[in-house]
Amino acid sequence: MNMMTGTTPDTYLRIKGAGKTYPSQHGPVVALSDINLDVRPGEFLSIVGPSGCGKSTLLKCLAGLEDITSGGITVSGKPLAGPPDRMGVVFQRDVLLDWRTILDNVLLQAEFLGHPREQYRDRALQLLERFGLKGYEKRHPWELSGGMRQRASICRALLCDPDLLLMDEPFGALDAMTRDDLNVELARMWQETSKTVIFITHSISEAVFLADRVVMMSRGPGRIVDVFDVDLPRPRPLSVRESDAFGVYAQRIRHHFAELGVLKE
Amino acid sequence: MKDSLIAKIMRDNRSLDIVLVLLGTILLWELGVRLFNPPAIILPAPSAIWAAFMQSPWVFIRNMLYTLMTTGLAFVISVVLGVIMAVGIVQSKFLERTVYTLLIAINSVPKVALAPLFVIWLGTGVSSQLAVAVMLAIFPIVINTVLGLRSVDPDMLNLAKATRASKFDIIYKIRVPNALPSLFSGMKVGISFALVGAIVGEFVAGGRGLGFLVLTAQGQFDTTRVFVSLVLLGVMGTILFYAVDVMERIALPWHSSQRQPNA
Repeated sequence: MNMMTGTTPDTYLRIKGAGKTYPSQHGPVVALSDINLDVRPGEFLSIVGPSGCGKSTLLKCLAGLEDITSGGITVSGKPLAGPPDRMGVVFQRDVLLDWRTILDNVLLQAEFLGHPREQYRDRALQLLERFGLKGYEKRHPWELSGGMRQRASICRALLCDPDLLLMDEPFGALDAMTRDDLNVELARMWQETSKTVIFITHSISEAVFLADRVVMMSRGPGRIVDVFDVDLPRPRPLSVRESDAFGVYAQRIRHHFAELGVLKE
Repeated sequence: MKDSLIAKIMRDNRSLDIVLVLLGTILLWELGVRLFNPPAIILPAPSAIWAAFMQSPWVFIRNMLYTLMTTGLAFVISVVLGVIMAVGIVQSKFLERTVYTLLIAINSVPKVALAPLFVIWLGTGVSSQLAVAVMLAIFPIVINTVLGLRSVDPDMLNLAKATRASKFDIIYKIRVPNALPSLFSGMKVGISFALVGAIVGEFVAGGRGLGFLVLTAQGQFDTTRVFVSLVLLGVMGTILFYAVDVMERIALPWHSSQRQPNA
């Protein structure tokens, strides 16, 4: 849909030797240590790891919300300074504004970016329809279920057609069935567009199901312990999760979790 | 989905309960006085209170309007000043450490006791009464509004920053609407406090108003007229509280306290 411009063909986002250290009362805390990662344009990248492994911190650094304390991050070849252009963010909580209708919540993205609302109205309505929210445009967030609210928050992130979509455990608070639905819808959206998605999760099967490539992180200090491609045909039906190939990938992550003492094998 | 406000209030069973309980109390009171016949200086009958009111209704109404004016003016001043202070406190670390600290410290003083001080500073009359009423009403408004402005979901702020929202957008599109429910709960306490302040002001500095009427009637041991003033004050307090309540329902149809359970 939109072409990546001004970047080398195979690297959209480059993280080189990135580290982050917080000062604290008990001395400095290393949240991220020597993170190296090249993200290809249009890639769906899952980052999976136990809580406290720094995956959310990494995402906040990529979103320009926090600064790394060593190393560097470049987007389209340019060093990251503040939030990148053409980026959408989805958090675990949908953070919709209760006093705005669903449509107005989606249009908030354009308002914040300083674009005229009217120009994005049609696109907002299309997005809401594509995510199954047709007829709910004039409703308020509190009239919708958790899954519908999170769909609206994804529409908000997609409103201005971002190149990069950052998602921080977006389905972590949803029930299993809603989560499955949203996994399928997100995969479909990603296939129809050419967005680069960085998807944080602590769910092994979600990470494998969605991703082209899985990054496994570990804690103490937060670091990358494994990166591997997921070579499963797309579109992937939910039943792919029962296949042997899927099991091998899941097992690989589970093995790391077990080594960390998060899971018993 | 869109009910009229009146219908919404009428459906609220509580208002019916209140009317029934009030009517029952008045009935019991009247019966009790007729049965046991206490001296009127201790407890006049509701019918006698009504008669005293009807004897000189305009005296009471004129003084009630005066108290209403003081209360209303003090309330408006408190809201405007309180919101400005709250925004300042949230926006500036310096104001938070000075003004807010001072406010919290003063809040623990029984402020009614300061009323005589205002008479020394401002003399008797409306300015002292206003000062006492504002001093009482402004605290719940400032403190609640500060809490409301602060209690924004950190991820909402992250989202706004990641989307490069301006400081103006963050205040007017997120913080202020988010603070409105707290502001209104502060205003509901504030309107009652403004009335208390106006009456205390009339006690110490008055020459007019229902508080002053209570004081003069008490001086003449005219308990019936004391009661007329008290009843009018009660009616006024209730109406003022519900006026703020109605304003809240109009301004915040989205807030959880306004929603139908089946919404």
